[in-house]
Amino acid sequence: MTTAMPISLHVNGEAVVAQVLPRLNLADFLREHLHLTGTHVGCEHGVCGACTVRVNGDIVRSCLTLAVQADNASIETIEGLSDSGEIADLQAAFRDRNALQCGFCTPGMLMAAQDLLKLESSPSRQRIREHLSGNYCRCTGYQAIVDAIETTARARIGREP
Amino acid sequence: MSAFSDGLSALDRPNSYIGKAVPRPNLERLMQGRGLYVSDMELPRMAHVVFLRSPHAHASIVAIDAAAAKRIPGVIAVVTGRELAAVVTPWVGVLSHMKGLKSAPQHAIAIGRVCWQGEAVAAIVATSRAVAEDAAEIVSVEYRELAAVTDMRTALDPETPVIHSSLGDNLAFERQLDVGAVDRAFADSDAVVEAEFVFGRHTGVTLEPRAVVADWNVAEARLTIYQGTQAPHMVQNIAALHLGLEDAQVRVICKDVGGSFGIKVHIYADEMATYALSKLLRRPIKFVADRVESFNTDIHARDHRCKGRIGVNQDGTITAFEIDDLTGIGPYSMYPRTSAIEANQIVNLVGGAYVTKNYRARARVVFQNKNVMCQYRGVGHPIACSVTEGLVDLAASKIGMDPVEIRRRNLVPDDGYPCASPAGLKFELLSHHAAMNKLMGMMDYDALRAEQAALRRSNIHRGIGIASFIEITNPSAAFYGVGGARISSQDGVAVRLDATGSVICQTSISEQGQGSESLTAQIVGSVLGVSIQRVRVILGDTDNTPYGGGTWASRGAGIGGEAALQAAKVLRSNILDVAAAILQSSPAELDIVNDAIVNADDGAPRIELKELARIVYFRPDTLPPGIQPELMATRHFVPRQYPFAFTNGVQACWLEVDTDSGFVKLLRHWVVEDCGRIINPQLVDEQIRGGVVQGLGAALFEHCIYDERGQLTNANMADYLVPMSGEMPDIDVGHVVSPTFETELGAKGAGEAGTAGAAAAVANAVNDALKPFGAVITEIPLTPQVILAALGRI
Amino acid sequence: MKASAFSYARATSVGNALELLIAHGENAKVLSGGQSLMPAMNLRLISPEMIVDIGALAELRGIAVREKVVHIGALTRHVDLARSPEIATHAPLLTQAIGHVAHPAIRNKGTIGGSLAHADPASELPACMVALGATIVVRGQHGERRIAAADFFTGIYQTALTAQELLIAVELPVLPGDSAHFFDEFARRHGDYAIVGLAAQAIVRGEVLADFRPVFFAVGDRPVLAKAASRLVYRPVTPALLSDAAAALAAELEPEGDQQASVSMRRHLAKLLLVRCVATLLGRPDLAAGGPG
Repeated sequence: MTTAMPISLHVNGEAVVAQVLPRLNLADFLREHLHLTGTHVGCEHGVCGACTVRVNGDIVRSCLTLAVQADNASIETIEGLSDSGEIADLQAAFRDRNALQCGFCTPGMLMAAQDLLKLESSPSRQRIREHLSGNYCRCTGYQAIVDAIETTARARIGREP
Repeated sequence: MSAFSDGLSALDRPNSYIGKAVPRPNLERLMQGRGLYVSDMELPRMAHVVFLRSPHAHASIVAIDAAAAKRIPGVIAVVTGRELAAVVTPWVGVLSHMKGLKSAPQHAIAIGRVCWQGEAVAAIVATSRAVAEDAAEIVSVEYRELAAVTDMRTALDPETPVIHSSLGDNLAFERQLDVGAVDRAFADSDAVVEAEFVFGRHTGVTLEPRAVVADWNVAEARLTIYQGTQAPHMVQNIAALHLGLEDAQVRVICKDVGGSFGIKVHIYADEMATYALSKLLRRPIKFVADRVESFNTDIHARDHRCKGRIGVNQDGTITAFEIDDLTGIGPYSMYPRTSAIEANQIVNLVGGAYVTKNYRARARVVFQNKNVMCQYRGVGHPIACSVTEGLVDLAASKIGMDPVEIRRRNLVPDDGYPCASPAGLKFELLSHHAAMNKLMGMMDYDALRAEQAALRRSNIHRGIGIASFIEITNPSAAFYGVGGARISSQDGVAVRLDATGSVICQTSISEQGQGSESLTAQIVGSVLGVSIQRVRVILGDTDNTPYGGGTWASRGAGIGGEAALQAAKVLRSNILDVAAAILQSSPAELDIVNDAIVNADDGAPRIELKELARIVYFRPDTLPPGIQPELMATRHFVPRQYPFAFTNGVQACWLEVDTDSGFVKLLRHWVVEDCGRIINPQLVDEQIRGGVVQGLGAALFEHCIYDERGQLTNANMADYLVPMSGEMPDIDVGHVVSPTFETELGAKGAGEAGTAGAAAAVANAVNDALKPFGAVITEIPLTPQVILAALGRI
Repeated sequence: MKASAFSYARATSVGNALELLIAHGENAKVLSGGQSLMPAMNLRLISPEMIVDIGALAELRGIAVREKVVHIGALTRHVDLARSPEIATHAPLLTQAIGHVAHPAIRNKGTIGGSLAHADPASELPACMVALGATIVVRGQHGERRIAAADFFTGIYQTALTAQELLIAVELPVLPGDSAHFFDEFARRHGDYAIVGLAAQAIVRGEVLADFRPVFFAVGDRPVLAKAASRLVYRPVTPALLSDAAAALAAELEPEGDQQASVSMRRHLAKLLLVRCVATLLGRPDLAAGGPG
């Protein structure tokens, strides 16, 4: 059937109940149904990374996830990570280093950056570049983003940048 | 020029923000995902438009049957070109100062014939994008395929079909220039080297695709266009013109823009169609290009084949430059800036950094049945620089001279200004040699040469590429206005002190992430003496800003910044007049520092600005008689003396070529840029880095690949390769400062400098690395395939 | 681009999934990680009428070593393989290869079952399975089949799987102690599909290859276990011998030309990978010094 299906999930800690068509992807669900437009759509084929969100703690491409697949899942978007303060230091580093210009890639970048820093406390610049290799930025040329992540990593383990 | 008692100009004062890396004021909301991009917008009753696009490069439209599509629930309308022509008139992308430029009328939706694969043939409006796409799949279009012009090299051959018979041929524009005695110079040279430089067509790939919400309110007879355009007043003017409205009936609001780089400065048929559909259907209509559409319809750029010749003597003197450039655009010259500008700039810029007086150029622009082509970051600079710097390296090679040495012998001397180039460009003050010296220090050139030599003995092949360049910034009306375009070359800033001490600036420049808001706030804060946290900048709204040109051609800081400076000076003066009246002093004895009126001599605070504002706005009864306080000032600025403010720079690339696989690894990149006075060094350096990486992309990765039938074969992000973080180097940026004296601010532009020289530096580095093999490559992108073929490995 | 409309069912068991596949035949597609299926659907390259989501089938998850066999459930994600100590111990080739598969967000969802069933000739895992001598376990309404990896991949996006079968697990033989592996690929950017790649398992005894299974990918319509390898087994490897083997390899391959590489370039890169592989396995950098010749 191509009629709407019920889903029940948590988004940024808030319980959400909705009726969605199977074809609706998670990015569009978040943006259009929940009006959480911080998650951006750049390609819809999983390459640019602008739609990156966390599902059950893992970063994924929300454009390649169906909303119906998110039933019973816990979704975190950039708004949630911002409000909880989890990435406040990373955001401050991005601001100080001007690691964003137009800002469109930034939510996805911050998601990927935080994902890396949770996995590795002291990534090299090359490792940072590798982990971000699936997030397209056209404005910065990437160096400022790498700098900001490196600075944050150092600060988190208590060393001076 | 100083209005300050301590002799310093407004910009050099102790609390000045000028020259400081102040964080931009609008970053929090962008980092929290709480920006508002047009692609995020929703309005009541808003509908979505999907364009049905031609699968053929050239075809007659025989019939369109939308009956079944219209019956799908959720479909509001299916509109053809003919139907829409009742609401929106066609346009022609020519300007009178591009002598001989011709182009055919272009409609918002094709009527009778499609001229490129991707051109819209119908609009489907529905309650969602998904439903509109479903309906588009069942609109039945009968085409009769026509022969397509897909090779610029044969576009002018008699056997090749003429795309627009009314134009007579496929030649859009031709320009010739012959200065000095070129033939004589070549004949007398010790050596003449020539090469054909080929550039892969590529495109901007903004992460946020083009997005428009057009909202025609029939009761108000007013159209509000939400669009991430770089030139909101231009869009206002053109939308009004073609929809039969007065400018005042159109409001353009930019919102946050997810990248532009020139892609969003043009007038697109599908966007004009969106405005027209809103008017036709009397409801808001949203168009967001998807990624495949973006590749097929965002302007492409830099599809050129340029033959170049250089004459050189054994002592390193370059005797002459000659180019014959051919570019294949789309079937229409883009509106309103024209698709001749890129070629015209190439003619203007080749050889411009050098003293060589003999220069001949021909540029021809031909129509093709491919996507339209127009200005993209850097415009003609990357090609002019790649050709010039490629020729200079070939000349150096020919006579066995170091590439830096040959440049030192031929770049215009730093004390040789003002002067003009053979193409007639007027240079106020450049710094080619100071920049080169700085570059040599930054990169430790001699050490890299030694490293290169040592590694060669182990069969590791690294190369150094150098590229000097000049760049056009701060354009006057000479760019577009003189040709009849309604594109303003002046900008304005209105600045006011509000009732509780905030400073509100309204500026006509626009923001796409480069820091227009920040530079405005920094200048106003510095001149006024207020803390930057109190300064709010409003831009990107034709109802709420002065009239201006917007942000493009690297003009925001130089022109918009000067307007901000002048407006702030007037407001400061007005504030001091009121302060003097309140304090029974004179303006010359007072100053504004840290949000307060202070004594000019000892700095003692006298009254806070917010208190002064309170008195002015709420207690003017307490002011001395006769005073009419004016706490708002507007100033505009337009360059008058120099048609452009030229900047200069030099770039270097250090890379390694794996001669077994053809793969290139970028190791490091350097830029020394002279853009005059720098308002925010961090923002300038980041603009340069971003621009460099776009140039690196063009040099190694990016190519819109068309087949012989005019089909774009790689219109997705897996097959069109944009630079990602894993392959990009760190980029070191340094500066020399040669301010322009045309403005008090002294700032020139910097937004495009990175892109201007990066590809040239990479190409020169690859050829430098491959010198032991005798291979010379003059095409980009330099893919492993191209390199292996040049090495004879495949 | 928005996917066409479809029906959706979340399978409650393998049996239930098979019922749904049988009921809908060619109109149904299995949704595993979705990292290959969803882009194709979003681009409307395919428009299945029914999506059978097997994501809830816990029985298809997990990595376990039992009786000299490493069992990998079909829903094991790439990230799970990358982090698995069992895989690091028993199939380090896979651990290394996974780093080349796309990007972290893709690896958090993409599954081994999905990747193998999709059978993109330019992808890494099919070649690894052939190199490792894996067995692909599929289940249909008539029970299970075990198919050798070398027989499983039959063409571009084609496998021995029928439309009414589900890939449920992969089994890898526990390798002998003197096993060695090599993995490398040429890709324009980190995470891109390979232009040419090589996944190799070998047994190195002293200065000699006692076994050598170099499997090339992105060189044809399926992974290719190079027959030329046999020239290098149980004999001292000289530059001349290696050059001969490389030439034989080039003759054996029938790659396609495309935007990334011509036919001759793919042959050239395959030879280069073979040379680098052998040089690395034998600890003989001198063998790689001259390039593939």
